Amino acid sequence: MNRSRNNWLIVMIVVLVAFSLWVDLSKNITIQNPLNNTTLVNRNTDIRLGLDLRGGLQTLLQADVANCASVKAADLETTRTILQNRANALGVSEITMQTAGNCRIVAEFPGISNPEEVVAALQQTALLEFIDAGDTPLTIGTKVQTDYGQASTTTQPTVTPAAATATPSATATSTASPTPAPTVYHTVMTGAALSTVGVQVGSKPGTYQISFTLKPNSTQLFADYTSSHIGKILAIVLDKSVISSPSIQSAITGGDGSITGSFTSAEANSLAVQLRYGSLPVPVKVVESQTVGATLGEDSVRKSLTAGAIGLAVVILFMAFYYRLPGVIADLALVTYALVSFMLFKMIPITLSLPGIAGFILSIGMAVDANVLIFERLKEELRAGRTLSQAIELGWSRAWPSIRDSNSSTLITCLILYVFGNSFGASMVKGFSINLALGVVVSLFTAIIVTRTYLHLVLDNLKLGEHPRWFGL
Amino acid sequence: MNIIKNRYLYFLISLLVIVPGIVFMALHWASTKEGPLALGIDFKGGSLLEIQFAGTRPSISDVQTVYNQFSTAAQPLNDPVIQPLGTDSFSIRSKQMDDATKGKLVAEMESKFGSKVTVLNFTSVSASIGAEVTNAAGGAILAAALAILLYIWYAFREVEHPIRYGTAAIIAMLHDVFVVLGVEAMLGYFLGWEADALFLTAVLTVIGFSVHDTIVVFDRIRENANIYRRVEYEKMVNHSIVQTLDRSINTQLTVMFTLFALALFGGDTIRHFVIILLVGIFSGTYSSIFNASPILVVWENKEWKNWFKRKESATA
Repeated sequence: MNRSRNNWLIVMIVVLVAFSLWVDLSKNITIQNPLNNTTLVNRNTDIRLGLDLRGGLQTLLQADVANCASVKAADLETTRTILQNRANALGVSEITMQTAGNCRIVAEFPGISNPEEVVAALQQTALLEFIDAGDTPLTIGTKVQTDYGQASTTTQPTVTPAAATATPSATATSTASPTPAPTVYHTVMTGAALSTVGVQVGSKPGTYQISFTLKPNSTQLFADYTSSHIGKILAIVLDKSVISSPSIQSAITGGDGSITGSFTSAEANSLAVQLRYGSLPVPVKVVESQTVGATLGEDSVRKSLTAGAIGLAVVILFMAFYYRLPGVIADLALVTYALVSFMLFKMIPITLSLPGIAGFILSIGMAVDANVLIFERLKEELRAGRTLSQAIELGWSRAWPSIRDSNSSTLITCLILYVFGNSFGASMVKGFSINLALGVVVSLFTAIIVTRTYLHLVLDNLKLGEHPRWFGL
Repeated sequence: MNIIKNRYLYFLISLLVIVPGIVFMALHWASTKEGPLALGIDFKGGSLLEIQFAGTRPSISDVQTVYNQFSTAAQPLNDPVIQPLGTDSFSIRSKQMDDATKGKLVAEMESKFGSKVTVLNFTSVSASIGAEVTNAAGGAILAAALAILLYIWYAFREVEHPIRYGTAAIIAMLHDVFVVLGVEAMLGYFLGWEADALFLTAVLTVIGFSVHDTIVVFDRIRENANIYRRVEYEKMVNHSIVQTLDRSINTQLTVMFTLFALALFGGDTIRHFVIILLVGIFSGTYSSIFNASPILVVWENKEWKNWFKRKESATA
């Protein structure tokens, strides 16, 4: 190999190792622009541990419908957003929610202590109603009863948007409230009637108001209702709890309206979100849930790290004893491999789960395999009487097809595992396949480039070519 | 060293492991009607609750009583399988229960047994999703096998009969899958192990490793086929196996080292997973040396004609 090219590669590797070490050892990376002291990069590079390692709740939610194929991707995505909002409202941090396949959502809540409450909050099918509250404004937070869906004890409590749009026309004639003691308010329309919801600056400075557009089929109903009820209170109720109690200022005939009041920006926004996402476009049920206690997680991390370190140490010793000088060089390459992989885990970032760590440890084996293949070839070529320099080049070029084909087949398996894990929300399988695939790719790089460069560096400078025993011959 | 010469001996050794495994799977299927392996809740649906008691651990029958208390027609919990875990914990398998019931159940245990109860792990899977995962797992294995077959066929397109290499690699891979399933069935019988999602991951890893290993040997055959054109196929294959023997064993050893470390020090959570991997990786190396390449020779010589003759003469 050309010497100057080798020098160039050495510089590259040194830079890469230095960068990896820096990332591996730091929990946060900040780069300042020296000219004007602005922050260019600010990234949290703390290692991300999966739920099985740090404790927490993982649930798999599935659309509660007969046929999964009928769920639209956009509806599922909206459902995911709503659920995420609900979960955020509980004050749980670092939630991740991802759609998986046609009709599933994987939700992960690291380090929580109240899984029952979280699951309950996620599963509620929020129902948004506009109710006729007569003349008296209702206090926010009041629990009310409405006539929506008649008696909720006899019918299905789950409400789908399709059923909701049909209701207003059916109840348009009911005016009197014959029920005695607890007032049952009349539901004018539900959240399903809303088409768009936005936040605008109000007429008074510093106040905000909510503007909305109705769906075409609800416009007439709302026009009729508002023209005959000017001055009355039209309260907005989410899951039978009053969230706002505005009065009808004027008839809304064009299908556009606004809710005024002394809202702050945050209040207006949160109300808009609730109006927009009051009901889930796709009802969901929990099909799988897993809670891991924090103690078990800590224990697993400690044990698997110990095991990984011991395994790596044994492999390093074995390589050094069996392959002598090239073995030691392969060990250096292996350490490079570990540093680079760990850096990638932090930078991408990849969440480390228990199967993920297992996949990584397995990939150490594969990394060694590439080196073993090359060194066995190297020895053969030396035995065949080639010079060391020739043997090194031949060892690499002849070992390459088998390294390529064997690793390709592993990558194919990883891809299939990933697809399988992804569509079923099986995050364990997914994590394993990602880590193994990443390990295979990095190990190819270390075996092909790093080991060879190190070997050339040693041979060119120390003239060890005359010592065949150093090569285990 | 002549490995090819004794090929039928090595096939026999493989059968000696695989056949008992199949017998155990058949027995399990016949006795439970639910399939060849004892399946965990990941595939079957149900709940697994692992709890740790800060004070004295109650007796199994006391825990059983609490489960009975929360059993309803919609959510029958009256036949939990309760196993002690360490000195202060229980592992309890039951039909599926929701998070709310689990919360009440744990609270009831705390008040009844007067001890703080820590939930180490709670998993709950509905039966429908379990069945779906089982089907998809089978699909994933078939898809992987097919993709690998096509890849090898392509990679060996310049050798005579490239499809033989792909097929032999798949047979060796199926050999390893059967060894792993058989060992799992036996361990399931003797130790009560259940196949879970991690087990599936282990099987898929073994598939990847098995083919990885076989390809390295085949690569050498591919190379030697061009160099030793005049040499008998049988000899050339044997030479290729011997040439790659050091590499096969050394690679296996390094993987085994890390896996042994994981099995010994990696904790209970992944021990089952790691032991299955150890069995599978060992089998993967065995099959790539002693099965995959000998199958090529059997195919080249079309030896099944002789099997037929031998049978004929035996019956005559």
